[in-house]
Amino acid sequence: MSMFMRSRVGFDGSPATASALDRGGPAQPLLIVDGIRKYFPITSGRFGGAATYVKAVDGVGFEVAKGETLGVVGESGCGKSTTARLLIRLIEPDAGTIVLDGDPVGGPRGLTLREMRRQVQMVFQDSYASLNPRLTIKDTITFGLKANGIDRMTAARRAQTVLDLVGLNPSMFDQRYPHELSGGQRQRVNIARALAVEPRLVILDEAVSALDKSVEAQVLNLLRELKRRLALTYIFISHDLNVVQHVSDRVLVMYLGKVIELGPVDLLYQRPLHPYTEGLLSSRLSMSPRKRIDKPPLSGDPPNPINPPSGCRFRTRCHLAEDICGRLEPKLGAPSGGPHVVACHARTPSSGHSAAGTAGPTITFPSP
Amino acid sequence: MLKLAREKMSATARPLVEVSDLSVRFVSRDLDISVVNGVSFAVAAGEALCILGESGSGKSVTLRALMRLLPPIAQIGGRIALDGRDVLALGAGELRRIRGALVSMIFQEPMTALDPVFTVGTQITESVVAHDGVSRTAGRRRALELLELVQIPSAKRRLDAYPHELSGGLRQRAMIAMALSCRPRVLLADEPTTALDATVQIQILLLMRELMRDLGMAVIIVTHDLGVACEVADRMAVMYAGRFVESGSALALMERPMHPYTQGLLRSTVHGGMRGEALDPIPGAPPDLADLPSGCAFEPRCPAKEACCATCDPPARHDTGHFIRCIHG
Repeated sequence: MSMFMRSRVGFDGSPATASALDRGGPAQPLLIVDGIRKYFPITSGRFGGAATYVKAVDGVGFEVAKGETLGVVGESGCGKSTTARLLIRLIEPDAGTIVLDGDPVGGPRGLTLREMRRQVQMVFQDSYASLNPRLTIKDTITFGLKANGIDRMTAARRAQTVLDLVGLNPSMFDQRYPHELSGGQRQRVNIARALAVEPRLVILDEAVSALDKSVEAQVLNLLRELKRRLALTYIFISHDLNVVQHVSDRVLVMYLGKVIELGPVDLLYQRPLHPYTEGLLSSRLSMSPRKRIDKPPLSGDPPNPINPPSGCRFRTRCHLAEDICGRLEPKLGAPSGGPHVVACHARTPSSGHSAAGTAGPTITFPSP
Repeated sequence: MLKLAREKMSATARPLVEVSDLSVRFVSRDLDISVVNGVSFAVAAGEALCILGESGSGKSVTLRALMRLLPPIAQIGGRIALDGRDVLALGAGELRRIRGALVSMIFQEPMTALDPVFTVGTQITESVVAHDGVSRTAGRRRALELLELVQIPSAKRRLDAYPHELSGGLRQRAMIAMALSCRPRVLLADEPTTALDATVQIQILLLMRELMRDLGMAVIIVTHDLGVACEVADRMAVMYAGRFVESGSALALMERPMHPYTQGLLRSTVHGGMRGEALDPIPGAPPDLADLPSGCAFEPRCPAKEACCATCDPPARHDTGHFIRCIHG
């Protein structure tokens, strides 16, 4: 039971102690992802040979600190959901390493998948499809616990606790089936199920996107409250920029399988560095008919990830694109030396881009 | 095309779309649900009405009732007049003639609304030939014009593309082109941008705004997204449990919402500059239409309810173009 004593409010009334699993201490990032890559082969041609690949995730790396919420944004097809699935190993990465609180995942000395998934859980967008229609809510939640070797009685008690935690009265709900619940209630069950094994990291992949606005706000409040009470860390993936701004501490922007910008939420939203982030942020619709948008901030759709453009992948839609952008792929770097990093030649001193300047912090950024 | 459409919108001063006391019930052996319970509105040429609501509020069913695109178990009551014609009295042949020519619809998911085994050009040509009785060559010429109208780059090449060969944004443009192919005077759009990315969504909304202005159609858009409504609507109507609970000009509704549900919806929508604050959601969930509470349907979730709300029907009031169905306000 020792692994269930981490949170400040123990699920089973256990005394609040520091986690036995918090091995690296507060300074050790909970998750370090380095250079993960996934190419999906497209079998084509008469002999079924893998001729081309969809480069869904192409060398993505980032860290997640303990207790923070990392938001991940990008258009459809940018690889944000594939990244999530790679992290929890629903898909096997082609390359790259994942380190969970100092322990590498997989490999001879690393964490096994079972150990990792006890600490990392995921909530998906489609609340109905991610529940087994033939299991009651109670069975849904206890299933994973029993698979982890927890006895029936303890599992049943835990199910009650987590249902309470997500605001569903156990005596009313635990014998119901998924089809008897509303969308918001189903998503609460999914959250409860994820929390039942007492994870440290919860990956929320578009977890509120399918909900109605009034219900979305309830679930967002719930997630916030749970994070505080259970000392959770979130990776929050969404296409909704307003929601990401609301929940995140730091935000990661993806474009065609690459990380193109990463920074603290306020800096990134107020002074986006990458032209794509800038365009994405100005595409947000206002809540006032007085402030309508007159000109689309970005033209065209994201290109096909099968044959991404050479060099910088955004250059085909970029208003700053120059010769250099087609020849050389920009690397993530911090133009101002802070925590805000960007992969763009126009923001990298001495890159050869005319907007970049030569060196030093003399660059002026357009204000959004 | 522009000229023709303008000529068509000519003389009559009465609104193009007039709906009064519309009700839709789905009735079968084991089902009896009132989905729309007495909705009335009018839309003039050149005007855009946005119907806002959550899932299950009856907004899509209302829209589909205007074209009678509902399954046979639907019983439609009330009156629907499009350009003075009583839609509910039309026979099958007449109905087919007005669909596309007088009124047409843009759907949410272009991949399922377009036929995957025909090229975009063929599909548009087919509807032009069927309605206007022109030759296939003329129909194809018109299809090209339409793709250009909706700003599809290299339109000529795209005529021979199958829907799956187009990106989401281009597919949605192709569907708009098809909806416009027979110069409808009333355009209906059901969540036209919900399936699209933000950067593409704004392109489509701007295109729709431009087309609305140039072609002078009456437009009705159904959406759950306040941002989308703010971008395109002249007037907005908020729907809850099969009824309009509030309607008025877009500005009035967004800046001075009067119904507690509208107010709650605005409060609970996440927008910029709210980082870390607790949100103020509407408690509970939308009601089950098969089991509507008596009195005001919003009463169980309403922060401003009073004793009589649970029993008596909320009064409907008009106040200089602003409509509200509530005892308050």
